[in-house]
Amino acid sequence: MFRRLPDPTGTIAFDFEGTTFEACEGDSVAAALLANGVLGFRTTPASGAPRGPWCLIGNCHECLVEIDGEPNRQACMVEARAGMQVRRQHGARVIPR
Amino acid sequence: MHGDGYDVVVIGAGLVGGAVAYGLARAGQRVAVLDEEDATYRASRGNFGLVWVQGKGVGRPEYALWSRASSERWFELSEALTENGGLAPNYTRPGGVIAALSEEELSALDSMLAGLKRAVGNAGYEYEILDAARVRELLPACGPEVVGGAYSPYDGHANPLKLMRGLHASLAGLGADYLAGARVDAIRPLDGGGFDLRTERGTITGGKVVIAAGHGSKALGAMVGLDVPVHPEHGQIVVTERTAPWLGHPTLGIRQTDEGSMLFGASHEDRGFDTSVLARTSRDIAHRAVRVFPGLASLRVVRTWGALRVMTPDGFPIYAQSRAHPGAFVFTCHSGVTLAANHALEASRWVIDGEIPEGMACFAPDRFDVPQAA
Ligand SMILES: Cc1cc2nc3c(=O)[nH]c(=O)nc-3n(C[C@H](O)[C@H](O)[C@H](O)COP(=O)(O)OP(=O)(O)OC[C@H]3O[C@@H](n4cnc5c(N)ncnc54)[C@H](O)[C@@H]3O)c2cc1C
Repeated sequence: MFRRLPDPTGTIAFDFEGTTFEACEGDSVAAALLANGVLGFRTTPASGAPRGPWCLIGNCHECLVEIDGEPNRQACMVEARAGMQVRRQHGARVIPR
Repeated sequence: MHGDGYDVVVIGAGLVGGAVAYGLARAGQRVAVLDEEDATYRASRGNFGLVWVQGKGVGRPEYALWSRASSERWFELSEALTENGGLAPNYTRPGGVIAALSEEELSALDSMLAGLKRAVGNAGYEYEILDAARVRELLPACGPEVVGGAYSPYDGHANPLKLMRGLHASLAGLGADYLAGARVDAIRPLDGGGFDLRTERGTITGGKVVIAAGHGSKALGAMVGLDVPVHPEHGQIVVTERTAPWLGHPTLGIRQTDEGSMLFGASHEDRGFDTSVLARTSRDIAHRAVRVFPGLASLRVVRTWGALRVMTPDGFPIYAQSRAHPGAFVFTCHSGVTLAANHALEASRWVIDGEIPEGMACFAPDRFDVPQAA
């Protein structure tokens, strides 16, 4: 669905739910996941329906994922880094006691 | 639009005007609601969403009882708003808590609520002063600084934006006319009754007129001999990302919305008509919230905003009908969410009856006429 423009930057590797993905340096986590064919980033608290990035500029909060154990991160606002652990955000996050 | 004029024209389509107009339309009145453009002072879009009773009415027990009656009527309003194409504002009333961070705060709550209970007498006033253990039963997320608090079964909350939407959708469903961009700049009482309202969209005629225009009410009231001394009070709100249900009770200044966001609020600042957001105010609001519930520190803030309360000199509502021009009413208050059910289901009837009940006379603005002692 999404194809990259020819890009001179180097690549990095990160983990998405146990699979190693490649991303270009400077990619947002959202761009990197989309380029790897992931469309459903989270499931909603209300119905459990899948959701993915919509605005890609930090407004809509549809692209929430868990990054390095931290829930509800906006994937479009975080740069992908080598070795990052990314997971889908399932439902509402909980507040640690 | 009705060619022969309306039974009632309501000026202002915020929560006060919207609720009164809704009550009128439900009772079969032909109603128009006149409003300004999108960009204006509109407290109804910037509030905290509490339906709050606890502590209200110090010095005016009628206001304590009026607020409590509304929190009871809110169940009916919430239900009724789902008819006529409206939508539910998700009212719940689990009882509310004010958390105390010191023994002084706790004893101030104790004496305030004891005083209210005395003042309302036979009408009764339930509350509970919570010790450190009891407050944690109600709110397990309390941090170590919370020494206790106060609980009232009368407090609840709703989604105030859904309330606005629900009122407007119901008004449309009931056939009322909503006219945006129809700022009223003159009210002309007609010989033999009725009023001509001059607006940016032409002249609108009504048998009666209800001024519910928030900060616009002062100038409009003066046109029909009503004194409406309202002034702006700045309040700022901080909103976090959504989380799973975490707070079982709304508290004064911290609540979790029906959609899972945490709201922190309740700043009170005199900044004239400035609605901007100050970082230091957000910091102070968030600081207190985290002292009460330390777990909140892990949440990201996603939005902040400022809005202006419509305040009277004594903080109580103004309900009045013009003596010089009967049929012209003014309704304004600083707790338009809390009182929405009263305005829709009770105050709208005063307009139809052409009379504000005797028991409500204490809310007329002539209470401000008392000369200051020399
Ligand atoms: C930060 C904050 C927190 C709050 N929290 C709570 C809470 O938790 N619980 C609670 O009960 N209340 C709360 N409130 C108060 C509540 O929001 C207000 O009481 C309520 O919204 C007032 O509604 P209103 O219709 O009187 O005024 P507004 O919402 O200001 O509406 C007035 C309307 O009149 C229109 N208007 C003005 N002049 C004219 C004119 N000349 N011609 C035509 N139209 C005109 C305006 O365009 C506007 O739409 C809070 C308020 C603030 C600011």
